[in-house]
Amino acid sequence: MISTSVAASTVAASHFDFTKLNTGDTSWVLASSALVLLMTPGLAFFYAGMVRRKNVLGMLMQNYATIAIVSLVWVLVSFSLAFGAGDGFVGWFHFAGLQHMNEILPGYDTSTIPPIVFAIFQMMFAIITPALITGSTADRWRFASFVPFIVIWSIFVYGPIAHWVFAPGGWLFKWGALDFAGGTVVHINAGTAGLVIALMLGKRRGWPKEQMRPHNVPFVLLGAALLWFGWFGFNAGSALGANNLAGYAFVNTNTATAAALLGWIAVEKFRYGKPTTLGAASGAVAGLVAITPAAGFVSPMGSILIGVLAGGGCAFAISLKSKFGFDDSLDVVGVHLVGGIIGSLCVGLLSTVDTNAAGTDGLFYGGGFTLLGKQAVAVVCVIGYCAVMTFIIMKVIGLFTNNRVTEEDEITGLDLALHGESAYEFGAAGGLAHREDVPAEAGPANSEVTV
Amino acid sequence: MKLVTAVIKPFKLDDVRAALETAGVAGLTVTEVQGYGRQKGHTEVYRGAEYTVDLVPKLKIEALVDDLDADDVVTAIAKSARTGSIGDGKVWVTGVDALLRIRTGERDHDAL
Repeated sequence: MISTSVAASTVAASHFDFTKLNTGDTSWVLASSALVLLMTPGLAFFYAGMVRRKNVLGMLMQNYATIAIVSLVWVLVSFSLAFGAGDGFVGWFHFAGLQHMNEILPGYDTSTIPPIVFAIFQMMFAIITPALITGSTADRWRFASFVPFIVIWSIFVYGPIAHWVFAPGGWLFKWGALDFAGGTVVHINAGTAGLVIALMLGKRRGWPKEQMRPHNVPFVLLGAALLWFGWFGFNAGSALGANNLAGYAFVNTNTATAAALLGWIAVEKFRYGKPTTLGAASGAVAGLVAITPAAGFVSPMGSILIGVLAGGGCAFAISLKSKFGFDDSLDVVGVHLVGGIIGSLCVGLLSTVDTNAAGTDGLFYGGGFTLLGKQAVAVVCVIGYCAVMTFIIMKVIGLFTNNRVTEEDEITGLDLALHGESAYEFGAAGGLAHREDVPAEAGPANSEVTV
Repeated sequence: MKLVTAVIKPFKLDDVRAALETAGVAGLTVTEVQGYGRQKGHTEVYRGAEYTVDLVPKLKIEALVDDLDADDVVTAIAKSARTGSIGDGKVWVTGVDALLRIRTGERDHDAL
């Protein structure tokens, strides 16, 4: 009883002082929120360009549906699970429904932006994280299994892990593991889930014997450009203010991405003889992934090293799936899991208090192995928890419905089989497929004829 | 009447068209096609995965000509489409039994 009343009085005393909010900081974080939201459609096209012509809409749909689903789940419960006052593991329900947004968020006593602005900024991270998974599971995940998965995973995996790492009360945060914008929470988390689900669903029919060339490489490059653009909100916005740290995060993000793009195509040039545009786009994304945990902790010179390691390392890591025979279709493991690990460990090497006084010096700056060890523990814990929970969630959904599409639907393609649409209408004779004299009731028979 | 058909390298279309105009051919049908001959295909690499593309893109051109002109047209195409390297394509001639211009109803030689 006593502890309850103490808690109640603390809550009552912790109203956010809206006269102290900084309008410059607030406007930057609001603008950053919009930038980060744009990353998910960017990702959708980045992925959709890489799939075959019959699965383009299936891929786009999973990503756009994720935006809608997580937007609601975040407001209802997962923001509170991530940033509420908790026990170090999860933040519980005080802010469920985005109530109590006139109170100071636990641990954010010096915040210069309103709690509701922080909530919308963090929502965009919660959206793109499960969207990243869709690359490894391309062309075979049933929409009816995908939708409940995103709901449950956002609540039971993203919410708690964001609490551990991002919330000042989270156990990894308190212990001193550093993650500026989501190397563990976003990329290692999504990469791990992507690996587990790709293994559970099995390979795409025909992989790796059948030809599955990207159907639209320019889509991939446009998507990568949108990701690069939006990522400035992701990383520089994570400074939570329009300040010097945001400037460092912005410069480091761009520098690492540039180095990674060049690193990836250099590896291609030496291994296969030609630098490819798909490689350039992939290298850029690998750099963006790897700099994410480090953007606000390293120097611009450090960011070049991270970019080169990520671009070169991920270009090799994508060969893992052929070696071990798992169908990580669009390389979520090779880019996001491996890139996230490279970036998170590099924080332990390259973090410097010259960039961020709130950080810690890494190994190369005289800080010893302490930070590197904590980074490694954070990586392992996120992978372990995410892998186990993702496996359980998929198994439970599998009790109620099939996770994988039928063989017939897979051959037909997700666009027509799951959504009743085709992405493209080619050629002057294309109209023949939609004869107006065929009554609507004859739909199934007609589609058999045209297929 | 003869139908002259040729499969050529796509970038040679302009040269072939100019040569056919000089030879007095009044009309031409061009189709984008894929196939292989002695040239075989090529390989493409996407994120390290090598794909063998067996079919090479080509253009198929078709022209209806008078019996007497057929040889000249074949020569004109062969000259203009030739690069000397593998994959230049082929030209062949087939007989045409009947011909009608849809708009006017003209037949055979008048319809050329």
